[in-house]
Amino acid sequence: MTSTPETGTEWPTADSPSPEPLLQLRGINKSFGVVHVLHDVDFAVYPGQVTALVGDNGAGKSTLAKVIAGIYGRDSGDYLFEGHPVHVSGPRDVAALGVEVVYQDLALCDNLDIVQNMFLGRELHKGVLLDDMTMEDRARETLASLSVRTVKSVRQSVASLSGGQRQTVAIAKAVLWNSRVVLLDEPTAALGVAQTRQVLDLVRRLADRGLGVVLISHNMNDVFEVADRITALYLGRVAADVPTEQVTHKQVVELITAGRSGDLGIRDVAAATI
Amino acid sequence: MTTRSAGPATDAPESVGLAGSDFSGDTRTSATIGDAFTDYLNRLRGGDMGSLPALLGLVVLFTVFSLAHDKFLTTYNLANLVVQAGSICVLAMGLVFVLLLGEIDLSAGVAGGASATITALVMLDHGWTWWLAVLTGVGVGVLIGLVIGALVAMLGIPSFVVTLAFFLALQAVPLKLIGSGGSLRFNNEVLRGLSIKNVPVTAGWIAAVVIVVGFAALTLWQHRSRVAKGLVHKPLSLVLLRIALLSAIVLGLTALLNQNRAVNPAIFNISGIPWVAPVVIALLLFWTFVLTRTRFGRHLYAVGGNAEAARRAGINVKRMKIAAFVICSGMAAVSGILAASYTGKVSPGSGGGNELLYAVGAAVIGGTSLFGGRGRAMDAVVGGLVIATIPNGLGLLDQASYINFLVTGSVLLLAASVDAVSRRRRSASGV
Repeated sequence: MTSTPETGTEWPTADSPSPEPLLQLRGINKSFGVVHVLHDVDFAVYPGQVTALVGDNGAGKSTLAKVIAGIYGRDSGDYLFEGHPVHVSGPRDVAALGVEVVYQDLALCDNLDIVQNMFLGRELHKGVLLDDMTMEDRARETLASLSVRTVKSVRQSVASLSGGQRQTVAIAKAVLWNSRVVLLDEPTAALGVAQTRQVLDLVRRLADRGLGVVLISHNMNDVFEVADRITALYLGRVAADVPTEQVTHKQVVELITAGRSGDLGIRDVAAATI
Repeated sequence: MTTRSAGPATDAPESVGLAGSDFSGDTRTSATIGDAFTDYLNRLRGGDMGSLPALLGLVVLFTVFSLAHDKFLTTYNLANLVVQAGSICVLAMGLVFVLLLGEIDLSAGVAGGASATITALVMLDHGWTWWLAVLTGVGVGVLIGLVIGALVAMLGIPSFVVTLAFFLALQAVPLKLIGSGGSLRFNNEVLRGLSIKNVPVTAGWIAAVVIVVGFAALTLWQHRSRVAKGLVHKPLSLVLLRIALLSAIVLGLTALLNQNRAVNPAIFNISGIPWVAPVVIALLLFWTFVLTRTRFGRHLYAVGGNAEAARRAGINVKRMKIAAFVICSGMAAVSGILAASYTGKVSPGSGGGNELLYAVGAAVIGGTSLFGGRGRAMDAVVGGLVIATIPNGLGLLDQASYINFLVTGSVLLLAASVDAVSRRRRSASGV
C-alpha cells in the first residue's frame, strides 16, 4: 500500500502475475435515462485468477455484469478480449467469445437430470436423434475434471440436488463449452457452510485450470478466501482494483461503504456522489 | 464431504452404494434388483408416483365391476373396452403435450367434435375418399391449435380462458353444419371398421411378436452399449424383468382378443384385435419417440420445468407453446374421428360431453402432472384404460347417467389430488 496514483485505482502491474488480461473493459459508461450508473469503469479479468467484484447494493455490480454478459449495451468504452477490441451486441456474441455467466437463480430445470440440464438448448444430436450417450460421457468428464465428488449419479434429477450441488451443476454447465471466462453472480448467497466450501473450492479450481473467473459477492470471507484481485465499485465508479494480499478486510469494507480507505480509493468522494 | 478415492471416472465397482457418494465412483447402476426396488420405493415415498395410481385404479375397478356383473370379465367386453378406450387415449395423449407445459386445453373435446363433423361432411356431401377426409379433419384440428397457441403464446392470455372460449365457440360448428337434432352418418367402411372390425388373427399374432421382439432387442442393445461405454444403466435383471412383463401383457392380451368372442360361437366368429388398437399403439410409439429421443421433446420438458431457464438456453418458448397446442388439437381431431367411428355417427353434441374430463383424468391418473414438466405418452394410454373402464362397467350395471357424472367427477378430482399431493412431497423430498 504505497503508491496512490492519480485515480487511486491503478496498481503497479508488476504485482499481477499475468500481465495480459483475458477480458478487459475500458472506460465503460452506462446510463439508464438520467441515471448515470457506470462512470468510466475499467475492469480486467486475468487468466488463472479469480477477480472479485464487490460493492454495495446499487454500486453497479449487476449492471457491469450485464454489460460483460452482453445483455446491456454500453454508452461508451471498449470491450477487449485477449487484448483485441471486439464487437459485442448481445449475449450470443459473448458466448461465442467463451464468456459464460452463471446467474444467481441458476436457471436449471428441476424436472430434467444433470446431463440434460448441462446440455440444455445445445443438445448433441445425430440427425433427429439425441445423442444421449455422448452427452452423458462429456458431462461426466467435465464434472470429473472439476473434481466434483458429491453427485451420486449424473442421471439424477436436478430437483434432488442440494443448493451447493445445483450451483456446481450450473458452473459445470458454464465450463462444458471450453469457456475462457466464467462470471459467477453471488454463487454462495443461498448456501450453508459446507456447501459454500464446496463451491469456493470449485471456483478456485476453475482459476487453476487457467480460466478467468469473476466472482460477484457480498461476502468478504468468500472474497478473501478465493480472490486474487478485488475490484471495488462505489456509486458506479471503480474505487479500487487491487491484489487481495495488499488489502485488509477492513479496508475493503471501507471502500465498499465509503469509496475510500486511507490513501486507497476515490480521491474526491464528495465529487463522485454528485 | 469426504473426498477420498480420487482417480478418473473409469470403471466403478458395481457395489458403490449411497455411502460412497463420490462422483468418481458414481453409482452407474443400482447394483442388484433389490437396490432397484429400494430406489423405486424411495421414489414413491418422495412423491414420484408414475403410473402406480393408474394401475391401482385399474385393479380396484376391475375387482369391483367383475364382482358386480358377471359379463364384465369376458373377452367380448374386453374388446369393447379396448375400442371405447381408443378415443380417450388419443385425446389424452394430445393433452399430455399441453399439460407438460403447465397449460390446459378445455376445448380439445369439442375441437375433436368439430373436426369429425367436417370429416364426415366432406365424405358425405363431396364424396371424398376416407384418407383425404381424415387429413382434412386433422388439418382443421391443427388450425384450431394454431390459433389457440398463438393467442396463448403471443398475446399471453391464460390458456384456461382461451380454450374455455373455444370450448363454447367450437360447439357452434357441428350445430351449424348438422342442424340441431340431426346427425351425420359415419359409415365409411375403413373408418367405421376401425371400431367394428378386427385385425386378422394371424396378423395380430405376427404384430404382437414383432413388438415384443423389437422391444426386447432395442432395450437389450441399449443396455449393452450403455454398459460397454460405462454409462448409467439399470441392472440386467431389471431390464429382463421389464421385457418379460411387457411380453406377458402384449402376448396375453393378443391371446385373449384372438379368441372367438361371439355370443353364439357356433354360428359367428368374432376374433382378433380391434383395428383401433394398432392406431393407438402407433401413435403411442411415435409420440414416445418424439418426447424422449428428439430435441423437440427435450425442449418441451425444459419449457414445462422452467420456462425462464429454457428461454435463457436459447429455446424459443413461444414456438414450443404453439407446437404443443397444435399437437393437442391435431390429436383431438384423430380422437374425434375415432369416437365417430365407434358410434357410427356425428351429432351436434359430439365432443361436448364428458370426453375432455375423461381425457384430462386419463392423463393425470396415468402420471402426467397438471403443474407441468412431467408426463409421458404412455401415461395417457394407461390412464385412458382406467377411465374407459368406468363408463364401460357402469353401463353394464345399467346405472343412471347421473351416477356416471358423479363417478367421473370424483375420479378427476382424485387424480388431481394425487398429483398435487405428490408434487408437494416431491418438493419436500427433492426427488
